[in-house]
Amino acid sequence: MSRQFTPKVVTGNRLLEGDAVWLTADDRWSTRIEDAELIEDEAHADLRLLHATSQGHVVVGAYLANALAGPNGPEPTHFREAFRTRGPSNYAHGKQVETVAPRT
Amino acid sequence: MYTYTEFDEGFVRNRVAQFRQQVQRRIDGNLTEDEFKPLRLMNGLYLQLHAYMLRVAIPYGTLNSRQMRQLAMIAERWDKGYGHFTTRQNIQYNWPKLADVPDMLDALADVGMHAIQTSGNTIRNVTADHFAGAAADEIADPRPIAELLRQWSTDHPEFQFLPRKFKIAVTGSPNDRAVTKAHDIGLRMVEQDGEPGFEVIVGGGLGRTPMIGKVIRDFLPKADLLPYVEAIVSVWNLLGRRDNKYKARIKITVHEHGIEEISRLVEQRFAEVRSAFSGIDQHVLSGIEAQFAPPAFRAVSALPATDLGGAYASWLDTNVAAHRRGDHTIVSISLKAHGETPGDASAHQMQIMADLAERYAYDELRISHEQNVILPHVPRDVLPEIYVALRNAGIATANIGLISDIIACPGMDYCALATARSIPIAQEIATRFDELKLEHEIGELKIKISGCINACGHHHVGHIGILGLDRAGVENYQITLGGDHTETAAIGERAGPGFSADEIVPAIERLVGAYLDVREGTDETFLNAYRRLGAAPFKAALYPEKEARDAA
Repeated sequence: MSRQFTPKVVTGNRLLEGDAVWLTADDRWSTRIEDAELIEDEAHADLRLLHATSQGHVVVGAYLANALAGPNGPEPTHFREAFRTRGPSNYAHGKQVETVAPRT
Repeated sequence: MYTYTEFDEGFVRNRVAQFRQQVQRRIDGNLTEDEFKPLRLMNGLYLQLHAYMLRVAIPYGTLNSRQMRQLAMIAERWDKGYGHFTTRQNIQYNWPKLADVPDMLDALADVGMHAIQTSGNTIRNVTADHFAGAAADEIADPRPIAELLRQWSTDHPEFQFLPRKFKIAVTGSPNDRAVTKAHDIGLRMVEQDGEPGFEVIVGGGLGRTPMIGKVIRDFLPKADLLPYVEAIVSVWNLLGRRDNKYKARIKITVHEHGIEEISRLVEQRFAEVRSAFSGIDQHVLSGIEAQFAPPAFRAVSALPATDLGGAYASWLDTNVAAHRRGDHTIVSISLKAHGETPGDASAHQMQIMADLAERYAYDELRISHEQNVILPHVPRDVLPEIYVALRNAGIATANIGLISDIIACPGMDYCALATARSIPIAQEIATRFDELKLEHEIGELKIKISGCINACGHHHVGHIGILGLDRAGVENYQITLGGDHTETAAIGERAGPGFSADEIVPAIERLVGAYLDVREGTDETFLNAYRRLGAAPFKAALYPEKEARDAA
């Protein structure tokens, strides 16, 4: 019996800034996980990751991360992914203090 | 201090120019990430959780004020106004933008610094005793040898694609402050019949398979050092397990083949290599040694009387160490203010430390593997001025060697390899013991925290080691006890099941409480009490429920 597929988002780091970004359903890279496309189908996930990997001039090291549906969009399920949405805990640096607008 | 020659300067500038082109080609889309990654790593540029990270080498931990000011300038101009000093005497910038990195490297080259070989499977930054040239217990300053090794290993054509990274540490003192027994090669200066030489230790290392290094040569004459080290790296370069990166470090090679066989192969290779060293290395070394001549120490009469009170007395007691001259001291500047990030210094603090070094302390600074900054030569009569300036900058915490002087790697707050956070645990432990006002009573106690099994935070050799792991999607902290990073090096033993982030500080508190109960007096350190009594009383304090169950 095959394992049940858990929902995923495609994520990576931007080439120029190095910050974490998530792939949206309309092929943009957003700095907010809430904007990401929540992928519920394994075959579709493979396709989206393939698409992300072809964007090597924009995003580095794309991978699939587990996520779940939240009231405002996808949310991380693992603490590592949660940290990537916020920034470090020792300083108010990174996404937790930057005014984050969706961008391509 | 060593000043770059025209050759060094040309080499470093040339590398920056090359990297500038490589970055441009990457941004233009002419290099893929697969092509670019090894190039950026050769120049110390990592990609972490939130941003790039630039790791800059501080060879053998030595800086002058101009270099420290430049590190501050780089932090302000291209980063977020601070830098993180690491356990291998490097500084890391956590927020550079890719396009800015060539400018950062040029700014480093302006002061004779670089980020070359701070990553990749090469010979890394050569580290040394942070009290080198100043320590009262030293045979000789080990830094000329460290500089010779830096020059020899930089871009060494045979050693650019080693099986894995390779780390060398040097000490000139019998009291090992450079963790030489946990390095791929550790060099400990010794004397034989009045002749200086080295005890050569090989195959030490922490990480997932911690090992204490083994002595491969009791006494190696100084003139044989470079060919002998070359022979070791050369033998390992062929034998090292390239098939499995977890078995590739020399500690595994030594473990698998045995020290006798490695020694035989190294001696054989040494016999071949030795004749190729015509003496030019010794010529270069004598030039380097001349540059490490001690400063012109001025004679100082006495420690001036002050009205600075108990905090100053406490700082003198804890942060000031014996210098080889009675009228001078070594000042350790703690980057471990309670609740702050271990090893971080703001640009302002870096500038203050640079100013103090320039004005009062012969223009020298050191970075310790314990993530503090050292003023190695301080005339006794300027201690009050230095203390006041440090206090005003928030870096006069009197806690060197105490429970809040914690080594912590960046952990999952920054590092892509981490399995849990380290920094908040260090902050919470330091804050808690500051509240308890117990740390001076507790005395010498080294807590070292790593956020993953790779052990950048040296947890294996902490008196109390803490290893952060991911247990089923939750941060979990495993405690080891009885580690030792000095000449009596030992790997700590795992105490038992790990603790959650909420439980770890109370667990450490129970552990320390048990120590205070069982110690024979204030002279018996935590480590000595552990060695006398074994793990039992400490485990009982850590796991009271189990104790109660076993008793029932």
